Amino acid sequence: MADLHKLTISELTEQLASGTCTSVDIVNDVLASIDATDGKVGAYLTIDREDALAQAKAADEARAAGSQLPMLGIPVAIKDLLNVKGQPCTCSSKILEGYIAPYDATVIAKLREAGAVLLGRVNMDEFAMGSSTENAALGKTSNPWNLDHVPGGSSGGSAACVAADEAIASLGSDTGGSIRQPAAFCGCVGVKPTYGRVSRYGLTAFASSLDQIGPLTKTVKDSAILLEVLCGHDKMDSSSIEMDVPAFAKNLSNGTSLAGMKLGLPKEYFVVGMDPEVEQSVRDAVEHCKSLGAEIIDVSLPNAKYAIAVYYIIATAEASANLARFDGIRYGMRIDGKDPIELYGKTRAAGFGSEVKRRIILGTYVLSSGYYDAYYLRAQKVRTLIRDDFTEAFKQCDAILSPVTPTPAYKLGEKSDDPLKMYLDDILTTPINLAGNCALSLPCGFASNGMPIGLQIIGDAFQEETILKVGHAFEQTTEWHKKRPSL
Amino acid sequence: MKYEATIGLETHVMQKTNTKMFCSCKCEYGAEPNIHVCPVCLGYPGALPVMNEKAIELCCKAGMLLGCEINPYSKWDRKNYFYPDMAKNYQITQADEPLCLGGQVTVEVEGEMKTFTLERIHQEENAAKNTHIAGASLVDYNRAGTALMEIVSNPCMSSAADALAYMAAVKQIMQYGGISNCDQEKGQMRSDVNVSVRPVGQKELGSKVEIKNMNSFAFIKEAIEYEIDRQTALIESGGSVVQETRGYDPDRGETFTQRTKENAHDYRYFPEPDLMPVKVAAEQLEQWRSELPEMPAPRRDRYVAELGLPEYDAGVLTADKATADWFERAMLHTKNAKAVSNFIMGEMMRLLSEQDMIISESKVTPEKLAEIIALIDAKTISTGAGKQVFEAIFNEGGEPKAIIEAKGLAQVSDDSALDGWADEAIANNPKPVEEYKAGNAASINFLMGQVMKASRGKANPGAVMQMLKQKLDA
Ligand SMILES: [Zn+2]
Repeated sequence: MADLHKLTISELTEQLASGTCTSVDIVNDVLASIDATDGKVGAYLTIDREDALAQAKAADEARAAGSQLPMLGIPVAIKDLLNVKGQPCTCSSKILEGYIAPYDATVIAKLREAGAVLLGRVNMDEFAMGSSTENAALGKTSNPWNLDHVPGGSSGGSAACVAADEAIASLGSDTGGSIRQPAAFCGCVGVKPTYGRVSRYGLTAFASSLDQIGPLTKTVKDSAILLEVLCGHDKMDSSSIEMDVPAFAKNLSNGTSLAGMKLGLPKEYFVVGMDPEVEQSVRDAVEHCKSLGAEIIDVSLPNAKYAIAVYYIIATAEASANLARFDGIRYGMRIDGKDPIELYGKTRAAGFGSEVKRRIILGTYVLSSGYYDAYYLRAQKVRTLIRDDFTEAFKQCDAILSPVTPTPAYKLGEKSDDPLKMYLDDILTTPINLAGNCALSLPCGFASNGMPIGLQIIGDAFQEETILKVGHAFEQTTEWHKKRPSL
Repeated sequence: MKYEATIGLETHVMQKTNTKMFCSCKCEYGAEPNIHVCPVCLGYPGALPVMNEKAIELCCKAGMLLGCEINPYSKWDRKNYFYPDMAKNYQITQADEPLCLGGQVTVEVEGEMKTFTLERIHQEENAAKNTHIAGASLVDYNRAGTALMEIVSNPCMSSAADALAYMAAVKQIMQYGGISNCDQEKGQMRSDVNVSVRPVGQKELGSKVEIKNMNSFAFIKEAIEYEIDRQTALIESGGSVVQETRGYDPDRGETFTQRTKENAHDYRYFPEPDLMPVKVAAEQLEQWRSELPEMPAPRRDRYVAELGLPEYDAGVLTADKATADWFERAMLHTKNAKAVSNFIMGEMMRLLSEQDMIISESKVTPEKLAEIIALIDAKTISTGAGKQVFEAIFNEGGEPKAIIEAKGLAQVSDDSALDGWADEAIANNPKPVEEYKAGNAASINFLMGQVMKASRGKANPGAVMQMLKQKLDA
């Protein structure tokens, strides 16, 4: 084994170009790595080996014929809520067992066009509802750094497979932190793009106004490469923006200077109850950025404290409607009843897990007549205030630095019976989804128990280039991202 | 005590778009079930709606034709309810910001001109079609997601006659504007009717009863009349009307309770996050306005004023747009409006109805009718022969002149032929001859008929009359 699975997209692309390895070699190495460690990690739900190898072979042939597509021959793991034609798409829910997607999500089509090998489908919290991947009905995923710990969520499988070198890169989705938080917990890089940057067509919706698909990778540069492939206007998604996609990867200079750049530090983001090791790592990271030439200024996001309340009203309201389609009539699980209403009730009672039910009930409640104004409408107004906070802050700085989570990855089962406690962990990530701007998470240290700590770099809307630049400079001058878990 | 009814209508009209409201599936009535479907209209995971701009154009045009104000900013909402006819279990519609606001329809009801006002028109998507069979329900999603407008009137009508006149006017305007075919049998036009009754003089409206989803004018009339009687009797007997949703059973001629207020759906409307608000530019609206066809009422007035047609003729010709358009095409080739009108109202409508056809299918083109009329006016053929030519072309096609020749329909004004037929008629009918000579001038008409018969309609009636008089008066 040539350990190709341990390499990055950019390293493998160089090797493929110089002919020192083939895509089939890479896929074989990754499959061997999965065989070796996924029994412990549990990142994957399904893998079609033959199909992956056939795609790799086709990529090698294309390269032999002169193709230089950006992701040519690179295997990518897919979060199980993205539709890939002919494959299951369970969202880790029993209600979608047996469903075979009849079409490709736009990002899947883009990956194919870019030459990527679709490797397999990775675990997640059911319908992306959760922060630990413990709400998965069809698999159990552990943190590769310590198998007793959660990988984070909801894109827990996407982060764990990259951290465990069971994939070169993966796709996740981020509704309230679902890419950034597992990236932080597993010590990899994750980007939540600006709302509208990446088409949502084919992404099984959790909360339509918050969901974005993004990359999880081993380095910032790899995220830039993958993000560039994913972005772009799609006429199938009315919320996707008609805007040119910058050459994210090419524009990442090798320079490590942050001179002339103003980075904001929001005082509200260093909340009471934050793990001191997390706070220290992030403050060290801020100092490091300062040493690279950045000017650090204080900014204020006064309404961030309402983000959790607003998020859990808007996200659940949208989810209550988005998940109504899973009714047993057209696809997936069905438990018959004497009439359609009974069929719905029985199917949904058996098909959905308790967290999904909790959120559907919450969302249904906040939209109900008599409550709508007090909850949903009010939440929308506060959402505007949260967005205005960022607008104000970005008048003063180019990017904002913060922790991703208040604590490193906690133990499996530690919070799973206390949903409210788990909801509060989203406090630092949800404001970005509510405001619609972009952010990335990258490794900036380790807790004394060995669990990774993440740094969040928040950018203004459509300023992915800025956060990638800061992240890249940080990464080039630190070693955190080079550490791998021992499995 | 006297009572009065208050009636309002919510009329659903399926627009004439090639594709569905939020996906590119084809709209086709009567196709094999579930062939015009895709991930979007089947509510598959991850599928997203994309707005059909043609539907927006048609809805705005409908609004313009009905005198609405076009909302410069309108938005989409989700209406949540669980039923197999709605794949997503929510309907995309417009709740608080519809595309069209206000509006009115002026129409004659039992000899009186009345204006009925509209509250709004909003755009939404249609449901699938459910068919219930023994032990199962079948769902056809071909109709799911097709473009549907809801035209909401104010509670401004007071009788079934008002409601029917209103609906007929809306239907005519929608057909005229090319918005919808409004084929009620195909479900392209359906109405929910709100009926309440109150004592005359009472300010506030009585409890509202909604009768759901009727497509036939006859049923709507029956349902309204039944409901007014039912509510009036209830109030008179000291009871009170319950606010509820009712259905109409045409077999029994009765309405029946479907859902009471307590069990009313809470649709939990909220803004549709998958679609952007609709903002139609002023220039676009002007463009659409310039494309609107002339409506029946002004057209009718124009036929009377400019073409000198009787009111009755103008009404019949403008009743549907295809007929009026056909009439106007004929008028490009003739000045004889009354003759064109007579042919359309007479031969054309008779033959179309006998053969269950529509005017666009007629082999008699407007140009050919104009030619027939020109031949009549030039006395080349008689009016009767003209009708024969019309029918021959209608059935077989062909050119008027060729048919006249083939059938020998040219009028005979030639004296020698007329002379023979006139002598024969006089010789064979001594009684009318005697009566005429005795001073009964009308008796000559019988002889005239005999000559026309002998000539098989080809004789020139003027010439025949002249010749008969000449012979008898001599
Ligand atoms: Zn469709």
